[in-house]
Amino acid sequence: MNSYDHNPIVEMKDIEKHFGPVIALAGVSFDIRPGECHCLLGDNGAGKSTFIKTMSGVHKPTRGEIVFEGSQMNFASPRDAMEAGIATVYQDLAMIPLMSVTRNFWMGREPVRKVGPLKFMDFAKANEVTMAEMAKMGINLRSPDQAVGTLSGGERQTVAIARAVYFGAKVLILDEPTSALGVRQTANVLATIDKVRKTGIGVVFITHNVRHAAAVGDRFTVLNRGKTLGTAQRGQITPEELQDMMAGGQEMVALEGSLGGTV
Amino acid sequence: MTDANAAIDERVKETSRLRKALIRPELGAIVGMIAVFVFFFAFAADSGMFNPQGVLNWSTVSAQFMIIAVGACMLMIAGEFDLSVGSMIGFAGMSIALMSVTLHWPVWIAILVTFMLCVSIGALIGYTVVRTGLPSFIVSLAFLFILRGFTIFFPQVIERRTIIGGISDVAEGDWLAPVFGGKVGGWIFDWLAEIGMIATFSRGTREGQPIVDGIPMLIVWALLLVAVAHVVLTRTTFGNWVFASGGDAQAARYVGVPVSRVKILMFMFTAFCATVFATCQVMEFGSAGADRGLLKEFEAIIAVVIGGALLTGGYGSVIGAALGALIFGVVQQGLFFAGVESSLFRVFLGVILLFAVILNTYIRRIITGEN
Repeated sequence: MNSYDHNPIVEMKDIEKHFGPVIALAGVSFDIRPGECHCLLGDNGAGKSTFIKTMSGVHKPTRGEIVFEGSQMNFASPRDAMEAGIATVYQDLAMIPLMSVTRNFWMGREPVRKVGPLKFMDFAKANEVTMAEMAKMGINLRSPDQAVGTLSGGERQTVAIARAVYFGAKVLILDEPTSALGVRQTANVLATIDKVRKTGIGVVFITHNVRHAAAVGDRFTVLNRGKTLGTAQRGQITPEELQDMMAGGQEMVALEGSLGGTV
Repeated sequence: MTDANAAIDERVKETSRLRKALIRPELGAIVGMIAVFVFFFAFAADSGMFNPQGVLNWSTVSAQFMIIAVGACMLMIAGEFDLSVGSMIGFAGMSIALMSVTLHWPVWIAILVTFMLCVSIGALIGYTVVRTGLPSFIVSLAFLFILRGFTIFFPQVIERRTIIGGISDVAEGDWLAPVFGGKVGGWIFDWLAEIGMIATFSRGTREGQPIVDGIPMLIVWALLLVAVAHVVLTRTTFGNWVFASGGDAQAARYVGVPVSRVKILMFMFTAFCATVFATCQVMEFGSAGADRGLLKEFEAIIAVVIGGALLTGGYGSVIGAALGALIFGVVQQGLFFAGVESSLFRVFLGVILLFAVILNTYIRRIITGEN
């Protein structure tokens, strides 16, 4: 699927966000189209988190507009954004480790089986769907009853992604999904992103790792000190250039030289 | 990708069915219960502890613990504490006594109004915790003193004493009082006596009647509360919200779980359980005392923790809490039957608590993968 045939699902235009005297975002534009993986790169403190929280309804922008499927949007809460189809998978707040995979997967949207006036949770259906959705993502669970705490970090991210996809996300925002993972698990999560993208969902992949971004990204936007340094398509820019833009140019070149180009 | 995961799966050992069946939150309490029963069979079997009267004795005491443990368990799983349970018991009992004896209200109205009053106080505690974001430990500690203070103040001012009796007389013929103070299943015991399974009184006014004449409603309430709470917690949508609220309130809110409502409802349920306890006690004793329910909040919490619940919330079992309460009751009464100095009860309890919690922590790590 070529994503440029489609109109953007979400378009953020000149977003500014001020926290008191601090200007966290100073005019950021960004859009996401169906079936693409748009990487948002930036060093710590560049404004990535503020930006995605604005997109997912946690923060209201100080200035600028958010256009969702062609009409201007004003999300009052993360719940609103979620209902509209913008799902966010936070790095550490995604899952409750003490609870089973099924209970986590359906949390807040439990399937109900009514017996008289009583609302029971339909565990047969819940377990079946959970197993099937996880299998689609390439994870074969031992049992849907197993606690999320027994899963690896990559598998936990995958449960959260599978949940968002199952509940009809149109845009999936992943907040540094690979930053705490090992090599193999990172590869698994990147493969999952690829699968999700192929179903027509727009993926916003936030990372500060250029190699992870380059592996799956269709477009790349770099944030630096609250500003975008432009959006580039795959093939128009090299990973080295992205790295330089994130770090702000000259100093990084000098640093990289002394470290033998390993950063 | 599937291959990669197959490789990971290889490293997961096949777990046997026995192990699967054993590794559950209640295991610590089950082991503790078996240990306690074996101990008393060995040392107190001939003391009358296991004849019908003896069984009824420790069952009743266990049921008392069970009623408050159920409330404390649900609340703890939802991530909160209530230290005001003991004071609430005293307060509820005194409320019923003052309304029925001093104000001459019908007993059923006194009971219903007390239930409404206490559950509202539970809601107030919950609301305060949720709105201020203060630890429930502190908020409910404040209510421990507030409620106990009122429990002493009102009878002092109105009746100039702190124990109010005469409830049995005013409860005579009331339709609601027997629901808390009555007994059920008398005909079973009549029949059992008839076929010689249980002994009968051989002299006195009750000659020929079975020595156990029914199951106290206290026990019925305990079993009912345990069953309902267990089903709600493990099988319903609301139960999932209780786990989620205690497991990670923020993550639960992000997916739309009404965390505040769940927590307030659990505070109300805890207050409800305390009031059931108080009403049964008042109807049984025929009196209310300002010192009733002292330290009950800790006994409830101990039973819940023996039962495998995590103090910080998000994990636990009502069945475990009920078994914890049973251990509690059997040990307390068993030491009496065995003729052991009753002060050793606390030593025993401390030791059981420690061992159960160590075992529970180990099991929980296996289940949840915590480090």
